Amino acid sequence: MSGFTRHRRSKQVIATFTGFEADLLRSLASQLVELLRNEAAAPVESTDPLEAMLDFDGPTQAPDDPVLARLFPSAYHGDEEASSEFRRFTEGGLRDGKSRAACTIIDDLEEAGLPPLLEEDGLMIDVELDEDAAHTWMRSFTDLRLALATRLGIEDGDEDYWMQLPDDDPRAQAHDIYEWVGYLQETLVLALQR
Amino acid sequence: MEVEPDLEQEQVPEGSRRPATPWITIVWNDPVNLMSYVTYVFQKHFGYSKKKAEKLMMEVHEDGRSVVSSGSREEMERDVQAMHEYGLWATLQKQE
Repeated sequence: MSGFTRHRRSKQVIATFTGFEADLLRSLASQLVELLRNEAAAPVESTDPLEAMLDFDGPTQAPDDPVLARLFPSAYHGDEEASSEFRRFTEGGLRDGKSRAACTIIDDLEEAGLPPLLEEDGLMIDVELDEDAAHTWMRSFTDLRLALATRLGIEDGDEDYWMQLPDDDPRAQAHDIYEWVGYLQETLVLALQR
Repeated sequence: MEVEPDLEQEQVPEGSRRPATPWITIVWNDPVNLMSYVTYVFQKHFGYSKKKAEKLMMEVHEDGRSVVSSGSREEMERDVQAMHEYGLWATLQKQE
């Protein structure tokens, strides 16, 4: 595990993942895509393609799922009407953007050689990203971390709590993954500033 | 991107202008986003210097919130939308 660096000559942002790590990232990104697509962004889904195209209405209520509620927070404190209006015009686009970003991670990992089903031991995946792709990965890492943190109930200054959990506690394992994605993001931000 | 002329304001006759910056965008602290990332976002989206971006980030971190931009309501809605794109928790409101 070494995170991202910037290649001195090519300026590409590069990282090497074990097959296991790449598979884990793909799985996290896939779950996010599924969540973003699952709870319908528009309140009414139409099967008629023309009608669907003409339906510009977005959601006006904050999402039920706590992860989605964190990804799409209300834009106005204490002004429900203005928040609804803002949500109606922005949430659909934001959802698509976040979903596309997560798909970029999946596609880039598979293009770098991650097989659809990981069976081989000792596989290494070399990822090479141009500036735009690196930027997209960085943004999506935030979404993944927000999703994990919301599910885990991460709070400020709770490091000791997570440290004292036994290693075989699934929450401790999920927390390790959360920390790992944070490490990846940190190295990616640094690499982008080089 | 951030330097579009404010057409609305040009049309207001001299002397009857509203305050130049009636709306603000606030970024709120959350326990998840990395300090380095928040600084990077402020530099990238607002075009702020590293020094200014770090100052705003520290305000978010220590005071729980920071006013990161001001302007027309439409501009602030665009900033809030961009912050949500980046996964930061942002709101807009009238300047008090």
